[in-house]
Amino acid sequence: MSPQANPVPDISKVVKKWSAKRGALIMALHEIQNLFGYVPRAVTLQLAREMRVPVARIYEVLTFYNYFKLEPPGKHTVSVCLGTACYLKGGKELFASCCEHLGIGDDETTPDKEFYLQSVRCVGACGLAPVAIIDGRTCGKMGVAAVPEALAKCREEVR
Amino acid sequence: MPLPTLTRDNLATVEAEARATPRPKDCIRVCVSTCCLAAGADRIHKRLVEEVRTRNLDIEIRKTGCAGMCHAEPLVQVDVAGTDRAVYGHLDEEKAVRILDEHAVGKTPVRKWAIDGIEHLPAADTLEGIGPAGHQYRLVLRHCGIIDPTNIEDYLARGGYSGLRRAIFELGPEATLEEIKASGLRGRGGAGFPTGTKWELTRKAPGAQKYIICNGDEGDPGAYMDRTVLESDPHAVIEGMLIGAFAMGCSQGYFYIRAEYPLAVDRIEAGIKAARRVGLIGKSVMGSEFACDMEVRLGAGAFVCGEETALIASVEGHRGTPSPRPPYPSQKGLWGMPTCINNVETLANIAPIVTRGGAWYAGLGSGRSKGTKVFALTGKLKNPGLVEIEMGTTIRAVVMDIGGGSATASPIKAIQTGGPSGGVIPAKFFDTPITYESLAELGSIMGSGGLIVMDGTDNMVEVAKFFMDFSVDESCGKCAPCRIGCKQLMLLLEKVSEGRAEPGDLDTMRQLANAMRRASLCGLGQTAANPVLSTLRYYPEEYQALLRTPATAGASQ
Repeated sequence: MSPQANPVPDISKVVKKWSAKRGALIMALHEIQNLFGYVPRAVTLQLAREMRVPVARIYEVLTFYNYFKLEPPGKHTVSVCLGTACYLKGGKELFASCCEHLGIGDDETTPDKEFYLQSVRCVGACGLAPVAIIDGRTCGKMGVAAVPEALAKCREEVR
Repeated sequence: MPLPTLTRDNLATVEAEARATPRPKDCIRVCVSTCCLAAGADRIHKRLVEEVRTRNLDIEIRKTGCAGMCHAEPLVQVDVAGTDRAVYGHLDEEKAVRILDEHAVGKTPVRKWAIDGIEHLPAADTLEGIGPAGHQYRLVLRHCGIIDPTNIEDYLARGGYSGLRRAIFELGPEATLEEIKASGLRGRGGAGFPTGTKWELTRKAPGAQKYIICNGDEGDPGAYMDRTVLESDPHAVIEGMLIGAFAMGCSQGYFYIRAEYPLAVDRIEAGIKAARRVGLIGKSVMGSEFACDMEVRLGAGAFVCGEETALIASVEGHRGTPSPRPPYPSQKGLWGMPTCINNVETLANIAPIVTRGGAWYAGLGSGRSKGTKVFALTGKLKNPGLVEIEMGTTIRAVVMDIGGGSATASPIKAIQTGGPSGGVIPAKFFDTPITYESLAELGSIMGSGGLIVMDGTDNMVEVAKFFMDFSVDESCGKCAPCRIGCKQLMLLLEKVSEGRAEPGDLDTMRQLANAMRRASLCGLGQTAANPVLSTLRYYPEEYQALLRTPATAGASQ
């Protein structure tokens, strides 16, 4: 279910859970990203107030770690692995093909907000290289030829 | 019946009961690690469960972790009385059902889908002997692909937590420490620092609170040994952590796991919960005076957080930038307290060492490289997957015998170990026994276990560029030698591959590499130039071929 379709989730539970633990800012941010699909600025400001952490401190962390997204992602996320094994087995070509079909580059969302594309580091499924993760599903041995169908399947899905 | 709280006195009984629990002797194991799931294993599992239920068969369909034969995913293992065992690969739902019918029920193995030949499998409940006999030694991977990683009773039935029991009630902290020292175990994350020494330093350091951290931030692209152990045998790592915490006097442990490994995170969290429920984690471990709690903390996509001091910064909730050492974490680590950080694979070795003795472990391996090493074999070979070998096994045995040799028309050219910190090893050196020292001599490192196989179509300048690009991305930016050095080295490599470089540029690259090695704040910067240096050393002609010759230089004026 798209997080944006729901009313704005309440982060007080997140705050309560992680305020009690030392150094748990990153864990709190993970939960927020799971709730919203990214880390919205308004939520960051609220988190700063409630966890009594300077906003700058939170942004230090958000801008350092690759995992956190500061922009709303597209409805579907396509992550192409460019780890060593996937790279050797055609990962670059797979990624280029996805870029071409979607008309966007790395870490970009299509104008209609349907797809977000990113290259990622090794996801640890090297026996199935080359690998793409589409909406959380790991797709192994994915050739360039499989790209149009995979993308079409996403568009057909009602989320 | 729920398990009782485990104590010194009842552990052996509970273990024996778990072993003897009447469960269908016959079972089909379905591997459900991340990559097998990606290959469709959950559909196969569901279908088999359904078939067994509707037909009322007395066969258990058991979920297991990774059996390591990743080239043949999805896999099932049939273990049924009255017929041979077999491991089947490249399956789909229909094939799995046929195997159920013909082999599990009909007692006739379906040879055409079996891997490695049925004749090689021993009758016992183990995966030893899979593939060419005598090459693999499954110690760290002892339970992977055999037990259900979500069921603590499976772990107990195989003697789980008897290492912890021995440590607490028979050895005590000092003697436990001595066993680890005697074993000669060295850190499996790549640096190879003697684990016993690290534990001793942490134990001796003054501090009101000590911490033990499991480093599950496996960041080398192409390496997934730690993911597998965390997913397939979480209790092996939990037990290792508890033994370490006991030996060093740590009352709190953290599992720092990459966010990109959600299944590993789930399995460890479930394992911690199960262990806590039976008194293995908490205020009184196994009824003793030893208190220890454990928690999971997630990474967030930063390779540098695999470095000890950066990892500590990350657990503290900061940007993951390293700090100068000394002081080392064993003196001043997490929140300024003595902290020991150990790799997942290192921890998975601890319980067997405590149970069977450090001297036993030191009898395995070669020279100063004791024990075994798990490798993730990937790339252009027939049988990519996880393998575990005794240290001292040759590269040839791993790549050609276990790995099956080249999967393409092109012969194998070289391997790469150590990820972005490592180097290439050309085929002519494949008779080298694998040890920390021998790989270092060849200009590479043991690394965490990623072993990439390359064939004749793989260009070495491109390989160097791939790793350099990674290091440029992952450099935290704190120190100039790495921040600027990686970028400049990358620009030079691009200059080479675009045909704009001159011989002097290769010398500049070497100088840069030297400066980075000597002046960078942490291992990332210190070793980022290794792929470049190593490919330059062994394949200078590939670089030379791309240089501007006097003829082309003249033509472009």
